[in-house]
Amino acid sequence: MDSKLIKEIIAKRVAKELNDGDVVNLGIGIPTLVANYIPEEVEVTLQSENGFLGLGPAPLPGEENQNLTNAGGKYVTINNGGAFFDSAMSFAIIRGGHVDATVLGALQVDQQGNLANWMIPGKLVPGMGGAMDLVTGAKRVIVAMEHTDKNGMPKILKNCNLPLTGKNVVDLIITEKALIEVTTEGLLLREIGPGTSVDEVVKSTEASLILDDNIKVF
Amino acid sequence: MTTMNKLMSIDEAMAKITDGMTIMIGGFLGVGTPEGLINKLVEHDVKNLTIIANDTAFVDKGIGKLVVNKQLSKLITSHIGTNPETGRQMNEGEIEVELVPQGTLAERIRAAGAGLGGILTPTGVGTLVQNNKELIKVENNEYLLELPLRADVALIKAKKADLKGNLLFAQSARNFNPLMATAANLVIVQAEEIVDIGEIDPDYVMLPGIFVDIIVGEA
Repeated sequence: MDSKLIKEIIAKRVAKELNDGDVVNLGIGIPTLVANYIPEEVEVTLQSENGFLGLGPAPLPGEENQNLTNAGGKYVTINNGGAFFDSAMSFAIIRGGHVDATVLGALQVDQQGNLANWMIPGKLVPGMGGAMDLVTGAKRVIVAMEHTDKNGMPKILKNCNLPLTGKNVVDLIITEKALIEVTTEGLLLREIGPGTSVDEVVKSTEASLILDDNIKVF
Repeated sequence: MTTMNKLMSIDEAMAKITDGMTIMIGGFLGVGTPEGLINKLVEHDVKNLTIIANDTAFVDKGIGKLVVNKQLSKLITSHIGTNPETGRQMNEGEIEVELVPQGTLAERIRAAGAGLGGILTPTGVGTLVQNNKELIKVENNEYLLELPLRADVALIKAKKADLKGNLLFAQSARNFNPLMATAANLVIVQAEEIVDIGEIDPDYVMLPGIFVDIIVGEA
C-alpha cells in the first residue's frame, strides 16, 4: 500500500472518533490530515497551541497572512467565531482539561498506554514542544500512526524503550491496520483496517492484544 | 507631568545588550519575533547569550540567525527540530540546551512576572523532564515543581504600540510576547505601528504599557 493511501485510511478512521462540539488539537503529520475528513454535520473546534481556537484551512495562494500560522509554521486561516490568545492561555486550555481530544503521531506506544514521540537519544532530539502538555491535559489521547516503522518493525510494543512523552496517557491507537483501545487489562483490538487480517495485525504488533469478541473492519 | 519618552532608535536600544546576558525573545517559529532587533543583535555580535524562547525557528529566520552566528552559550526552549544548526551545536557540546515542555515554559515565565516562587504542573511526570526536580503530591495528584524564569532583557514584537507602551499583538504573533514582557528587567518592543497616547482603546490593550521600557519602530 502506498504511503499516501495509508495516511488517508488512518486519517479517515480517526475523524470518525471526533464528536460534535469537541475542542480538538491535531499534531503534525498524519493528525493534521484528519481535518480533511471530519463530516460536515460534526462541528469540531480546532485548537492551535501557538495561540488560537478556530483553526481553518490553508489560505488561497496570495492570501497568506505572515502573522497566522499553525503550530507547524504553515500558513492557515481562522474561522468566524475563533479567538487568539497568548501561550499561557493556550496551555491553560490544553493542560486544564478543556481539550476533548488530541491526535498525535508516535515513535512507539506500549501496552501500558505509554507514548514516546519526542526524541531518539543520540540521533534525533527535536524537543517535546507542546506534546507533553497535550498528553497530560487532553481528555482523550488518540495516537495516529503507521502500524510499523519504515523497516517493518513493530511500533506497538510491550514496553517503550525510547524516552517517554507521557506515562499511561494513550486512550486509543489508530493505524492503517488496526483500531486498538488501551484498557486497564491491556490492549483491546476492536477493529482491523481494510485488506488485512487479525493474524496480520497480531504478527506486526509486539504487544499482547486482547481480541474483541466482535472485531469489525473499518 | 510629562510622559517618559520610551521611543528610541534601534541602535541606541540594542546597545544596551552586552555579552553574557539572558534574553527572552518572543515568537513561535519566527512568527511574532522582532526580526529587526534580531538582525541588530547579529550585527552587534554580542556573545555568550542565554536565550529563552519557544524554539530556534529556522537557520535564516528569527532566533535561528543568532544560533548560526554562534552567539549562544545556553538555550532554554521547547523545540529545536526546525533548526538543524541548533542540534549540531548541542551535540558537539558548543551550547547547553535545556528542553522544557511548551506549557511549562510559558508558566515558568509567567510565574517570574507574577511574583510566584514556581508552579506545580503534572506535565513531565514519569519522563526525563522529572530528573532533578521535586515531585509534590497535592490532593493525591503528582506534580513537578518548576521554577520561575527571569531575564535581563525581553525582545518583543507588537503590531501596535502607543507612546506609553500599551501594546496590541497580531493574530498568532502574540504567543510568548506578553508573558516575556512581564519577566525581564528591560523590555524592548519593536512595533509595526506607533501611535499617540489615547489612540488605543484601553479596553483592547493586550499588554499594559508599564511593562515596556523601550519602543523601537520597524527598521
